[in-house]
Amino acid sequence: MNIEKEQIKDDEIILAIETSCDETAAAVIQGGSSILSNVVASQIESHQRFGGVVPELASRHHTENITWVVEEALTDAGVIFADLDAVAVTAGPGLVGALLVGVNAAKAIAFAHGLPLLPVHHIAGHIQAARLERPWHYPALALVVSGGHTELVLLKDEGEYEVIGQTRDDAAGEAYDKVARSLNLSYPGGPQIDKLAREGETIIPFPIAWLEEGSYDFSFSGLKSAVINKLHNAKQKGEVFRKEDVAASFQRSVIEVLTEKTKRAAAQYGVKQVVVVGGVAANKGLRQSMKDIFSNTEVELTIPPLALCTDNAAMIGAAAHIQWKKNIQADWNLNGKADLALF
Amino acid sequence: MKILAIDTSTHVMGVALAEDNKLLGEYVTNFKKNHSLRLMPAIHELLKELDIKPQDLDAIAVAKGPGSYTGVRIGVTTAKSMAWALNIPVYGVSSLKVLARNGTYFSGVICPFIDARRGQVYTGLYKMGAEHQIKTIISDHIVAMEDWLHYIKEKNEPVLFLSQDYDLHHSLISESLADQAVVGNGMDMLPKPSVLLSLAFEQEKPISAHALVPEYTQRTEAEKKWLEKKEGKTDA
Repeated sequence: MNIEKEQIKDDEIILAIETSCDETAAAVIQGGSSILSNVVASQIESHQRFGGVVPELASRHHTENITWVVEEALTDAGVIFADLDAVAVTAGPGLVGALLVGVNAAKAIAFAHGLPLLPVHHIAGHIQAARLERPWHYPALALVVSGGHTELVLLKDEGEYEVIGQTRDDAAGEAYDKVARSLNLSYPGGPQIDKLAREGETIIPFPIAWLEEGSYDFSFSGLKSAVINKLHNAKQKGEVFRKEDVAASFQRSVIEVLTEKTKRAAAQYGVKQVVVVGGVAANKGLRQSMKDIFSNTEVELTIPPLALCTDNAAMIGAAAHIQWKKNIQADWNLNGKADLALF
Repeated sequence: MKILAIDTSTHVMGVALAEDNKLLGEYVTNFKKNHSLRLMPAIHELLKELDIKPQDLDAIAVAKGPGSYTGVRIGVTTAKSMAWALNIPVYGVSSLKVLARNGTYFSGVICPFIDARRGQVYTGLYKMGAEHQIKTIISDHIVAMEDWLHYIKEKNEPVLFLSQDYDLHHSLISESLADQAVVGNGMDMLPKPSVLLSLAFEQEKPISAHALVPEYTQRTEAEKKWLEKKEGKTDA
């Protein structure tokens, strides 16, 4: 399976599989940018009643759905196994039991057809969703914000990821879900807070964690606790806050720190492009704020459409294009890992 | 007809390949090490050794549980994905039945079990019939070992126990059943993928890869609690 460098083509067709959390996803991507198919079987309805993702349940659903989802991805793309050049899969990070389903399915499919197996890092996947929109301009900066991650990643060149900042406690999306729960909004609460925030006023002063000067790290647990305490104390005193105002005030604190740190990092590293990806990139408030900051600058701003920001396999196929070109293949002993350094 | 067998439902990892009920190769390890990492290399090695290509396979047989949730999923996911990719059927066989079949020449009832923690076991009752056909007397389920032994005692006939986890339950079994309990010998306590192949060739029915799902015998903890809470509310 060793491919000589001169033989490596760049319009390869990759079947990509992603099962790191609660979406069973498969996609067929050509040349790292053309989406031939993108299938996502969401389990959200199954987990909603529990107020969050139940790992064992997610793994069970993945096992039930995996071959159906992959089959649909091939059918939608109009390709057969003989058309494929490689199979890519999310190797981590994520829920380990969930990752194992995708990893073992990908290994079995690749083995059955003698195809190279390409391991992909979930965050690299989120970041590379941007190349499904437009080509990269380096150096670039990626803000990855989701239920599990909040990171600022510098890309000096293709596939070279340097994490310059990350959350020290909760991910931004996690804070959204917890605040939503304390406002009695159903899971997942992020989109609902975003919607309420548009109808509210930022009249409640919630803290913003700037951390040490020059740090690109984030912290959202203090903000989360401040919101929960404020609501608790108000209830004790018989005070009432409008949900809309709580949402707007909380969201302002999150967005301000995200956009400001992104702006500072973009200036310090002189980047040509900023991309915002991950589930929270669907947030309208965040999108608008990023547009306001970068619209009249030389920096190109890329925020992929919602379907490419939440977990999907198209982004894994896009990231796998870089593995393909660099000929980075996994052996049959590839395993899913809950923690995995960005590659 | 060539069938590949996979069993990762417990600490024992087994891979075997047979052609028309003749075993060509078998690979078994019995220690606690990562199945997700080791299964595909084992399949690769076995096929390479036998000079058989994945495309030469006619079906895949897999132990579908009960057992370790993660272990079962690794085997089932690998089996169904490979079978689907090769457009061949799968045999999903009870991991307890595979173990029970080690009691081929025992005339009483056979009780295979897998420890399920907190005094519980995954178990069922089986009996050998004519022409080595194994019959299910009580289907696989999860039960407190103590309650299960009470039930078995009332059957008042010799019972053969087969399990890798026998030592964990030895004292309870001998206290409850005394001479009624027959204990499997050495290697008969080990689930073997070659036996899984015998079952596939002799009596199991193949299904489509999509339809294969693990047999956990119980809901997830979260679902159980949710249902309890819901039922509690309905009662009130």
